[in-house]
Amino acid sequence: MNAPHDPSSVGAASAQKAHFDQPIRLRGGAELPAFDIAYETYGTLNAARSNAVLVCHALNASHHVAGYYENDKDNVGWWDNLVGPGKPLDTNRFFVVGSNYIGSCFGSTGPASINPASGKPWGADFPVVTVEDWVEAQRLLADHLGIERFAAVIGGSLGAMQALQWTLSYPQRVRHAIVIAAAAKLTPQNIAFNEVARQAIMTDPDFHGGHYYEKGVVPVRGLRIARMIGHITYLSGEAMAEKFGRLLRRGALGFDFDTDFEVESYLRYQADKFSTYFDANTYLRITKALDYYDPASDFGGDLTKALARAEAAFLVVSFKSDWRFTPARSREMVRALLDNRRIVSYLELDAPGGHDAFLLEDPRYHGALRAYFANIEL
Amino acid sequence: MRPDQEAIVRWVPQGARVLDLGCGDGALLRSLWQQREAPGYGVEIDDESVLECVANDVNVLQVDLESGLSLFADGSFDCVILSETLQTIHRTEFLLREMLRVGREGIVSFPNFGHWSARLQIALGRMPVSETLPYEWYETPNVHHCTITDFEDLCRRVGIRIRERLVLHDGNPVTLLPNFLGSLAVYRCTAG
Repeated sequence: MNAPHDPSSVGAASAQKAHFDQPIRLRGGAELPAFDIAYETYGTLNAARSNAVLVCHALNASHHVAGYYENDKDNVGWWDNLVGPGKPLDTNRFFVVGSNYIGSCFGSTGPASINPASGKPWGADFPVVTVEDWVEAQRLLADHLGIERFAAVIGGSLGAMQALQWTLSYPQRVRHAIVIAAAAKLTPQNIAFNEVARQAIMTDPDFHGGHYYEKGVVPVRGLRIARMIGHITYLSGEAMAEKFGRLLRRGALGFDFDTDFEVESYLRYQADKFSTYFDANTYLRITKALDYYDPASDFGGDLTKALARAEAAFLVVSFKSDWRFTPARSREMVRALLDNRRIVSYLELDAPGGHDAFLLEDPRYHGALRAYFANIEL
Repeated sequence: MRPDQEAIVRWVPQGARVLDLGCGDGALLRSLWQQREAPGYGVEIDDESVLECVANDVNVLQVDLESGLSLFADGSFDCVILSETLQTIHRTEFLLREMLRVGREGIVSFPNFGHWSARLQIALGRMPVSETLPYEWYETPNVHHCTITDFEDLCRRVGIRIRERLVLHDGNPVTLLPNFLGSLAVYRCTAG
């Protein structure tokens, strides 16, 4: 973590909000009459407007990609190890945009926002949103910022799905797509994990069918379990064994149901933390967006045909220890890109971190991103 | 560039789509692009080499050749190159078949184990170490050495047709007693 005086930090960041006073029609058929997108930017857009890089975030992160907040210095951006002056995604060279998405609980219009039709929070009435919808909203944000074409769009996991979708929705507006720890569609096993998380939330008595804001309660129990199941799948067994082993919290077995093992304590801590800042309705929608994403579905399941539209150069990165979004899923994308004779490089790194490896600093991983960004002409 | 790679650059037609299996730092692919405008991809397993490829702005795919070329469709390349890679592969026959499945033509180079200096060192009771075989036996990445005669036998058996052969020593062509005086062999071949 970077101290505020660190010269490789972008320094104090400020979250901004773009308001769009125009309806956006969503893939599911619903329409939002108007909406906000929260975002942050780092670095400077050059005169040719050719150095913009869009960073798309994954499940529980936000537009706060790098730096810290003046009034909350410990709140360091989720990809601060990658983005900053002299870092692999060098803000001395690139204008980096961190974008939130609709349905989020971090500032963009979402389930906790006020529904203009009722004057009350949307709650359960907030529509199901998709990766395609997010890209559409980000396209409007790009227009708002005067960015005709991104030098690169980058993301990990769900963020990578957005990067991929950008190359399909707006092929001419993306020069490079950096798609990390990704899948072009979830496996049934993955959807199953998401369903457990959703069931945990929806069966919490405090959920109230999604209208818990007006009751003044939060489905904390559901959120906690949702986070636990998610967290387990983001780590590799190896990483967990390395981090916790079978270490005992109290030195000896308790023969009770309090926390015996360190790993239990860690999960409870993560769950508690998550339930204080994340919104349950948002969690439901984000997991649905993950489940629904499948660009090949409009092409009879043929990913090669689906990716034929893409014009960007691709860098695809996977991690061998990632069992949630396995390298095999990344290779499917690479194969489809090769079938279409697209420019693509693929890294399959033997990093131990599991799915979360995309957030960690590994010299091979960050070295490759640094070299890749350095070769992007402005 | 190694002498076999200079020969490969000469053999690859202008604008050909190439796949370089075991591409190292991507130097050959870079030359092919610069001198032949041949776009291509490299396949490499080693982390450090992959990183060098990215830095060299060469398309690189980090997959294990031992598991085949399932990323690539039949006939998707004009030319598939195995430049001093074949001797490091366990599944030799399988990879040669894969090479000619995805490419219309293959180019294979390898150090000739039949070169007189290798024969002499063996005769003197030691594993050969030379310019083309630079490794001690305990640290070599090579698992399947062969001589020019061995390779040509295998090609016949597997149904690979040799279109052209270049045997080199110290970068110079060898025509007299190639399996004895040549230390590096380069072949251009096709299926059947």
